[in-house]
Amino acid sequence: MENLIGLLVLAPLLGAGILLCGGRALDRVGHWLGTLLAAVSFALGAVLFADMLGRDAEDRALDVTVFQWVPVGGFRADVGFHLDQLSMTFVLLITGVGTLIHLYSVGYMEHDERRRRFFGYLNLFLAAMLLLVVADNYLLLYVGWEGVGLASYLLIGFWQHKPSAATAAKKAFLVNRVGDVGLSIAIMLMFTTFGTFAFDPVLGDADRAGEGKLTAIGLMLLLAACGKSAQVPLQSWLGDAMEGPTPVSALIHAATMVTAGVYLITRSGAIFEGAPDAQLAVVTVGAVTLLFGAIVGCAKDDIKKALAGSTMSQIGYMVLAAGLGPIGYVFAIMHLVTHGFFKAGLFLGAGSVMHGMNDEVDMRRYGGLWRYMPVTFVTFGLGYLAIIGFPGLSGFFSKDKIIEAAFAKGGTEGWILGGTALLGAAITAYYMTRVMIMTFFGEKRWAPAPSPDRPSAEPAAEKHGDGTHGAGELPHPHESPKSMTIPMILLAVGSVFAGGLFTLNDTFLKWLEPVTGHEEGDSPVSALTVTGATMAVLVVGVALAWAQYGRKPVPVTPPRGSLLTRAARRDLLQDDFNHIVLVRGGEQLTRGLEAIDRTVVDGAVNGTAVTVGGLSGRMRRLQNGYARSYAVSMFGGAAVLIAATLLMRAV
Amino acid sequence: MSFPLLTATAAVPAAGAVLTAAVPAAKREAAKWLALLFALATLGLAAVQLARFDPDGKTFQLTESHAWIADFGVRYELGVDGIGVVLVALTALLVPFVLLAGWHDAEPLETAAADRRWRPTQGFFALILMVEAMVVISFEATDVFLFYVFFEAMLIPMYFLIGGFGDRTGEPADAGEAAARRSRAAVKFLLYNLAGGLVMLAAVVGLYAVTADQLGAGTFSLQEIVQARSSGDLKFATVTERALFLGFFFAFAVKAPLWPLHTWLPGAMGEATAPVAVLITAVVDKVGTFAMLRFCLQLFPGASKWATPVIIALALVSILYGALLAVAQRDIKRLIAYASISHFGFIILGVFAMTTQGQGGATLYMVNHGISTAALMLVAGFLISRRGSRLIADYGGVQKVAPVLAGTFLIGGLATLSLPGLAPFVSEFLVLVGTFTRYPVAGAIATVGIVLAALYVLVLYQRTMTGPVKESVRGMPDLRARELVVVTPLIALLLFLGVYPKPVTRILDPAVEHTMSQVHKTDPRPDVRVSTAEGAK
Amino acid sequence: MNPVSYLYLSALLFTIGGVGVLVRRNAIVVFMCVELMLNACNLAFVTFSRMHGNLDGQIIAFFTMVVAAAEVVVGLAIIVSVYRARHSASVDDASLLKL
Repeated sequence: MENLIGLLVLAPLLGAGILLCGGRALDRVGHWLGTLLAAVSFALGAVLFADMLGRDAEDRALDVTVFQWVPVGGFRADVGFHLDQLSMTFVLLITGVGTLIHLYSVGYMEHDERRRRFFGYLNLFLAAMLLLVVADNYLLLYVGWEGVGLASYLLIGFWQHKPSAATAAKKAFLVNRVGDVGLSIAIMLMFTTFGTFAFDPVLGDADRAGEGKLTAIGLMLLLAACGKSAQVPLQSWLGDAMEGPTPVSALIHAATMVTAGVYLITRSGAIFEGAPDAQLAVVTVGAVTLLFGAIVGCAKDDIKKALAGSTMSQIGYMVLAAGLGPIGYVFAIMHLVTHGFFKAGLFLGAGSVMHGMNDEVDMRRYGGLWRYMPVTFVTFGLGYLAIIGFPGLSGFFSKDKIIEAAFAKGGTEGWILGGTALLGAAITAYYMTRVMIMTFFGEKRWAPAPSPDRPSAEPAAEKHGDGTHGAGELPHPHESPKSMTIPMILLAVGSVFAGGLFTLNDTFLKWLEPVTGHEEGDSPVSALTVTGATMAVLVVGVALAWAQYGRKPVPVTPPRGSLLTRAARRDLLQDDFNHIVLVRGGEQLTRGLEAIDRTVVDGAVNGTAVTVGGLSGRMRRLQNGYARSYAVSMFGGAAVLIAATLLMRAV
Repeated sequence: MSFPLLTATAAVPAAGAVLTAAVPAAKREAAKWLALLFALATLGLAAVQLARFDPDGKTFQLTESHAWIADFGVRYELGVDGIGVVLVALTALLVPFVLLAGWHDAEPLETAAADRRWRPTQGFFALILMVEAMVVISFEATDVFLFYVFFEAMLIPMYFLIGGFGDRTGEPADAGEAAARRSRAAVKFLLYNLAGGLVMLAAVVGLYAVTADQLGAGTFSLQEIVQARSSGDLKFATVTERALFLGFFFAFAVKAPLWPLHTWLPGAMGEATAPVAVLITAVVDKVGTFAMLRFCLQLFPGASKWATPVIIALALVSILYGALLAVAQRDIKRLIAYASISHFGFIILGVFAMTTQGQGGATLYMVNHGISTAALMLVAGFLISRRGSRLIADYGGVQKVAPVLAGTFLIGGLATLSLPGLAPFVSEFLVLVGTFTRYPVAGAIATVGIVLAALYVLVLYQRTMTGPVKESVRGMPDLRARELVVVTPLIALLLFLGVYPKPVTRILDPAVEHTMSQVHKTDPRPDVRVSTAEGAK
Repeated sequence: MNPVSYLYLSALLFTIGGVGVLVRRNAIVVFMCVELMLNACNLAFVTFSRMHGNLDGQIIAFFTMVVAAAEVVVGLAIIVSVYRARHSASVDDASLLKL
């Protein structure tokens, strides 16, 4: 059984290798090969899952060491896997959603000449992400961590001929690298503290280390999580990452990769529990991001960017829950899974809409689409109901639990966190309703197809369809092909039922508890009150959005808006800050350094050369060619020698 | 007496150089194949060395020793430890690729083709083999004087390689100016390194004086000196030891190069052809860092510890400074040169962190940096040869017209930014961990280099490979068969050593332990002894 | 007569020769002054030989004469050829002995 874990990772890796090195011969079957290998990985995951269910709750973890990776002195990193319930949850989510999105991409990328490579990158992503969650030590986790970063870079920049895509890809990788520095310093701290960085000994002995060390490790892990999961202050890359093809946004930037930070924090629970200050930092980051993402989501007119803001916000919920400690871990992961379903579904729906609308992404140019795309409408609508927490759907159960847990934190902190989470729920309802209304309801505000050069256009637009809609023609919305709708339907089913299924008999709680532990917090407010409050804010949010966008027509050109709206459109000025401080400042710095290198460092060397040269030029003047003056110097020299000799004799 | 394997490994390329140089002007192609043959033979001998080397055996193996200048105690003494044998193998491995990559770099001009005395191709290949021979013997020498002779002598062929052969320029009119720039760069390279070498010569003479004074007979033998020092027969006065250490270190810091002695490198690498640039940074410069480990630390452990804080600070400056300047470069080759300065900072940091991980990482870094820079630089060279310009701004959208070239370039770049899964990650992380355990602040500062590395690599990739296809790169051919033969094995090696570096660390480890014991340093112990750390995992 | 007087004469002759070499421009005169200095040295050698009762100084004097003769042969030949080429025997005209 243990060997299957290796195969789980190896299958998509093999696919990536074959597809990327295979050459044009594979163009015709490459996408199916990639999908097949993703499915194989899912099947292996399912087998492992079945096997795991067959064992006792305490005895479910599988460990296997494949080989020694880096043995140097006391430093030992192994390639080894650890599959427990937590990893298993992720494996199923990654391979399951991953396979569906592979399938969706077959249709979505049909007209792209580089489809084979796209599937190669997708497979590479799956392999790295699986490695991340099944690694049994932090260094191997780091490999997966950077591996998904690479795959994300390649996929965001998949349409490399668009400068905006290439820039977004670079930005994503760089911001992630800043987070990665956190992870690497955390690993180094673990090594100096524990002499190892394998999960088992580090987490097992965490309580024996000093609180200062644990806090430092915890904060560094949080920095890593912020980078990967787009949490404030490292969130700026996620919005730009929407330059990638939509399936990528669904898989990587909604369902799986961006949740890696939550995995990291949950996995390292033992460390955070020994470091209350670090935990406080985690919940603060979660709470701030939750509002930040939600506010940004309210102002964006680009459907994908609105969803990206929403993703940020939802992950904020998860980070918040994970920062609460044992009362929140299980719900963080539960929300993560349900979010994986509905957010992937929403993104795929958005992709389907764009597919039918000449790759228009501006929601102000949609409207009234429910009639033309029934399947997309229904699946997107179910996802919408799930995310706002409509009673009975997935999001309702998972988000409600998080809000409860936030209150249960206790004290003033509990009230602040709970209040923030509730406020977030209201804003979520508002912006998602806004997206829903602007896209599917109201009057048609369709506009001629954007020219393919426009940065927002997805270049699949150039080719797809029957070639009738070039630039300048009105779109003919149509339902997407089966390969795209089937994954959407399956994800919609997940968005509807997953939450209920998990909560029934506390199935999910019992499943994860042996790994993450669980405590019932004692909340100052009863569960029923929380649910009631959630419902209330939900209604308020939806009503507000309907009042603003449903009752009166949506203007095609965005109104100027309040100061907050304008700031939110610009990602709350984070990018401007980055641009002025980091980009400009960095440019000045490097340019200044280059000047210093030329003038001072190299100047010192060249200066020495010039001085020596000048000096020898002067000396040369002494040689004037007159025999008489040479004779003088000879006489002078002789006189000095004699004088010296006499002097020495005298002394 | 057994077969002198170490001598043979150096003698074969030297003989190859002489024979290649003697090939008549008309038989250019034959000269190339001859040179390649000899380079491959050297590779074979290096492989035999590796096979015969026993990691658990004595420190120095396959030793040879003959009297040379008896009056001054100079001996012809060769021997390899784990670090030496691996670096010899790296050199022997890279040179055939350098030759293949530079296959067409030294064709005679049309106008001069008739002149039978003019044989640039033969000269180019012969000089490269000559450098190889000298580098190999530098890695093998255990006599300080013998090392010094070849450490300096390799400047001569390098000078001609840098000054004599350059990139094809786009406009023939620029050729004269390019030649003048090249010549300046070569002179700068030579003067810089000669200055370092002269200081070292003074220290070598000083070392002789001390040994002659205290041991009765002066000696240059590394092993004898180290032994005498550990047995107490030889004691350096503190000031003498520090002065001698600085003399040696200065020469190696110029060669490595360490900030602020680095300014010769960008010029030399920028003006030389890509294969020669690889030869500089991946092979010749490694002698500098190698010699720090072998001579500075082993001969003068006390002074090494004394100088450590300053050297670590300089190494940190190198890391950040090199990376920041790489970001600002407009010239592809100069960018890679500054990146190398950053990487040499990491190597020196690891060497002087004085931990097993740091030094193990640094030695592994030498190997990995050699391979990754070779991959990146050679692909950059292929790119430059297609367009005749080194300026980043002259490229754009290459990915669309030459996807394989762009892909290999990206992999080379990713290796340069130490992506996990590729070889440099392992060594860079080891260096960082090794530094961090002793100097947490320095380790943390060095990690900033990771971010900057990503910045300069991705900026370079974005500007040259992505975006709309520029008119100037339209119709650019993709990698040819010869170029693929060069790049593919390097990339395969990067992947292999990234996933399974054990074959190399297995050989390096005992040598590093030995060096550590010479310096009397042990690794800092972790705060919490984890009970299960050793046995279970 | 006190042999020391010869030493004074020798020093005087040497000084005259030295000043002549430094201030005169005509190559022939410079040459003669050099000869004067050589002969001043000879005089000093012979005087010392006499003073110390040792013949070594006189033998050296013979060596000096032979060297001086050889020098005259080569030097005059050079001066003559320079004069032919430049129609001048001034040492300042032949100022090419520099970088």
